[in-house]
Amino acid sequence: MNSPAARVVSAEPAWRGVCRLSDLVPGSGVAARLGSDQVALFHTPEGVFAIGNFDPCSGANVLSRGIVGDLDGRLVVASPVYKQHFCLRTGECLEDPGVRVPTWPVQVAGEDVLLADQPQSAAALER
Amino acid sequence: MNKPRLVVIGNGMVGQRFLEEMVERGHPYEITVFCEEPVPAYDRVQLSSWFSGATADDLALTSMAWFREQGIKLVIGEEATCIDRERREVTGSRGTVVAYDELVLATGSYPFVPPIPGSEREACLVYRTLEDLGAIQAAAQTSRVGAVVGGGLLGLEAAKALQDLGLETHVVEFAPQLMGVQLDGPGGALLRRKIEELGVQVHTGKATQHIEDGADCRHRMVFADGELETDLVLFSAGIRPRDALARDCGLLLGERGGVVIDDRCRTSDPAIYAIGEVALWQQRIFGLVAPGYDMARQLAAGLCGDADAAFRGADMSTKLKLLGVEVGSIGDAHGRTPGSHSCSLEDSVAGVYKKLVISEDGSRLLGAVLVGDTGDYGSLLQYCLNGIDLPPAPLSLILPAGEGKPALGVDALPDSAQICSCNNVSKGDLCAAVSGGCTTIGALKAETRASATCGGCSTLVKQVMDAELKRQGVEVTNHLCAHFPYSRQELYHLVRVNELRSFDALLQAHGSGLGCEICKPAVASILASCWNDYVLDPRHVGLQDTNDNFLANLQKDGSYSVVPRVPGGEITPEKLCVLGEVAQRYDLYTKITGGQRIDLFGARVEQLPAIWRELVDAGFESGHAYGKALRTVKSCVGSTWCRYGVQDSVGMAIFLEERYRGIRSPHKLKMAVSGCTRECAEAQGKDVGVIATEKGWNLYVCGNGGMRPRHAELFASDLDDATLVRTIDRFLMFYIATADRLQRTSVWRDNLEGGLAYLQAVILEDSLGIAAELESQMQALVDSYVCEWKRTIEDPEALKRFRPFVNDERGDEQIVYVRERGQKRPARPEEKAEVTAHEPQRVLEETL
Ligand code: SRM
Ligand SMILES: Cc1cc2nc3c(=O)[nH]c(=O)nc-3n(C[C@H](O)[C@H](O)[C@H](O)COP(=O)(O)OP(=O)(O)OC[C@H]3O[C@@H](n4cnc5c(N)ncnc54)[C@H](O)[C@@H]3O)c2cc1C
Ligand code: SF4
Ligand code: FES
Repeated sequence: MNSPAARVVSAEPAWRGVCRLSDLVPGSGVAARLGSDQVALFHTPEGVFAIGNFDPCSGANVLSRGIVGDLDGRLVVASPVYKQHFCLRTGECLEDPGVRVPTWPVQVAGEDVLLADQPQSAAALER
Repeated sequence: MNKPRLVVIGNGMVGQRFLEEMVERGHPYEITVFCEEPVPAYDRVQLSSWFSGATADDLALTSMAWFREQGIKLVIGEEATCIDRERREVTGSRGTVVAYDELVLATGSYPFVPPIPGSEREACLVYRTLEDLGAIQAAAQTSRVGAVVGGGLLGLEAAKALQDLGLETHVVEFAPQLMGVQLDGPGGALLRRKIEELGVQVHTGKATQHIEDGADCRHRMVFADGELETDLVLFSAGIRPRDALARDCGLLLGERGGVVIDDRCRTSDPAIYAIGEVALWQQRIFGLVAPGYDMARQLAAGLCGDADAAFRGADMSTKLKLLGVEVGSIGDAHGRTPGSHSCSLEDSVAGVYKKLVISEDGSRLLGAVLVGDTGDYGSLLQYCLNGIDLPPAPLSLILPAGEGKPALGVDALPDSAQICSCNNVSKGDLCAAVSGGCTTIGALKAETRASATCGGCSTLVKQVMDAELKRQGVEVTNHLCAHFPYSRQELYHLVRVNELRSFDALLQAHGSGLGCEICKPAVASILASCWNDYVLDPRHVGLQDTNDNFLANLQKDGSYSVVPRVPGGEITPEKLCVLGEVAQRYDLYTKITGGQRIDLFGARVEQLPAIWRELVDAGFESGHAYGKALRTVKSCVGSTWCRYGVQDSVGMAIFLEERYRGIRSPHKLKMAVSGCTRECAEAQGKDVGVIATEKGWNLYVCGNGGMRPRHAELFASDLDDATLVRTIDRFLMFYIATADRLQRTSVWRDNLEGGLAYLQAVILEDSLGIAAELESQMQALVDSYVCEWKRTIEDPEALKRFRPFVNDERGDEQIVYVRERGQKRPARPEEKAEVTAHEPQRVLEETL
């Protein structure tokens, strides 16, 4: 497919363009491919966030289709299958602290939405 | 240092509770448990729920992991066969020998099978263990008729199980009445009538003499006066303590069995204790779990050093729902106390019987019998157990609500009042837990165990909690969630009155934060109920559950199902063919639903628009299987074809389905129309049920199938078409305006103050003066209906959202199918690994 964001890839080697801001629906999520990974992108009042699309609790690629909101002060998406909450900033599952999904750093450059091509390490998140 | 060795024989309900009590007290023992059954303890009390869908896992009370964590040795699947009291050793059937310093017998009881010739024939079974369940189910598969021998509490439970298995069910009782232990004559008679109305055939005063080959069925049961043919016999004629081990090693037993114990649960050998159904205390065996739990608690306390711990008998009051009939028995139900008198109330129309047994001086309640309505059980039990002074006219305690009935405020109860008898939780315990921070029922249950066993005390537990919270000045809220300090009903009014049209507007004016998966869909539903705007309008998209968002139902593998509307279940052969062709073209798994329509499963997000374009072109509409909205109006074939039909039920069903389609409501709505009283459309199980009469239609409301089935109630009779529709309009709008989020009409009705009479006053007599407004609100919704799918496939912006990925049109390769019975189904994880292992990793990078 002819991705509109492909142009910017060379600008910054560590960043990959995935779509335009207008491809996102405010207050909701979409899925995107990043290499062989599936990513869930959310456009929230606090910015754009990217976490893994795979829901470890149901085993299906569906997190992009969950409802976003806040729970005890944390920005979360609720899995559409069994409703566990995942923190959009850290990927942690609030119901099951042992479970976490990957997160990717996001940049919005003008109209373009860019993702780092490596997920954030858990260690980086702790800091 | 060597720990003292404690051996427990039996890991049933009481044995397990004993272990938990020991663990809680930090016991000093090395414990070994003999468990004869192949799985550790499970909830025998809830055994029947297995037939209505509970699994062995749901019933489990513990796990192997728990034993490991607690360092308790579990000898599983091995029966203890010998106790050597000299050497202090227990030997098991597989040769395991364990030495003890102290020994606890918790072997429970076994079902008594009367010595009737033929009782050993095949498909003559008992009902006590998980393994029995399997045997019953297997035998039921080759049976049409089933008979339970014994009409006591367990016999009626067993009858329910046979009914759930779809058998024609009979109960054969030796005594002249059902549940002779708990009920008096009139109570037993009413119970019999109600159970017979539910299709169970009751035969009392029948002694089975022998069982032989039947002519039409597998067996023939022969009585002194008559006979009964049946394929399956389930004995439930009482229980007997499993005291053989104790007998063999010479412990003192009762005349009719049972291991004799004292107040400290000690047997005639001071190193051996007995608890639960095997124990005989003051000549009594307690066949209920609560007294067993109390023995477990007292024994554990005693072994852990509490010198005052003692079992002091137990209250045998019970409240149950047998075959859907509420039954309660408190204290001296038969009025055996000398000088006692009784007063009773019998309403054979409503099917309710209540009796009070009162002390000679009229000041105390000694016992009670309740059949058909146990709403008063909780407060009567408190009067009885706590010796609370009766009001001057005790009969007022059992009058229907709202007729000058004195309320037993929970404030009137002493702190020592036992609220949960299964787990011995007093009002004081509950109040302490509430003060300690348990402010929800869930937390309170986890902390105190109150209402965690039979659940009979849950109303009272909630009342105590609310009263205590109120006393502490904590406001009891019905707020939707943390983002809105309002109930759903209040939000509905705010939206309507202030004409708010979006979530953001409502949040800004009346809420805080960003919202969540509770308030967003609830508000989306309220907005739709008020204004009926397009649900995929960008303002509403982020609010919807994934089902509403993709106008389809999410399945376990991330694919969706497609359910077109088939109003009234009537479909032309042409349309049927279209469904078949579409299913073939997209390789969709096809199934007839329980709602008289066809579900097509396994469509990927990106296939949905194309599938629906074909369906819409063929004249299909969205079936709203995904929305909290009207599902189906089920119909029977009615007067058009059926020789008994008195009205056109299909025509009416189609009319109603088309009138109310698409309307968003607090929860889903189901309706049905039957063409005569034979009721083939099962209208009395629906939120709105319509049954044809010679003169018009009878309207039933607030029925429910599902988890808590509830029969619909007759709301109005012999309505003409126009009045019927007007009444349903008002009823639905009133429900939409006042129900809580995700509250079906049945639950709403049960929580409605004033009950059915109030609802009838509002809807039929317009007591609030809102009928005209309700009707016009409904008309506005009916007039603004558009098929969401038709609109969506014509809206390029909305269609964008059905792309599998924003940057790739190829679907999710991890949705994998295998074939079964000629159709596809989602691959299980192990099958999936197999399939994907053979497929080379796709190179996706270049396309980005
Ligand atoms: C497809 C169907 C089963 C079937 O293969 O027959 C079905 C399937 C589902 N039912 Fe059902 N129910 C289906 C008929 C029923 C019936 C029978 C009926 O309607 O006559 C009942 C009992 C009647 C009733 O509701 O009073 C029923 C009681 C439930 C319940 C329990 C509701 C309750 O009040 O206790 C749920 C859970 C819920 O809604 O919270 C449920 C929920 C579901 C969900 C939506 C579960 C989910 O979230 O995934 C299932 C997904 C449907 C799908 O993917 O298409 N389904 N479900 C039936 C669709 C009928 C239709 O044409 O629309
Ligand atoms: C269908 C059904 C419904 C019921 N409903 C209710 C209800 O609504 N309310 C209520 O209060 N009660 C109810 N009861 C009764 C309740 O289940 C019992 O009171 C309770 O289970 C007694 O617990 P227990 O531990 O004494 O015996 P059990 O739960 O029977 O446990 C005894 C265990 O010991 C094992 N065992 C026996 N001998 C040996 C041995 N030699 N070696 C090793 N293991 C051995 C047995 O296999 C069994 O697992 C119901 C019972 C049934 C069957
Ligand atoms: S279709 Fe209904 S009953 Fe069957 S599994 Fe789904 S929700 Fe449960
Ligand atoms: S009385 Fe049975 S759980 Fe409370």
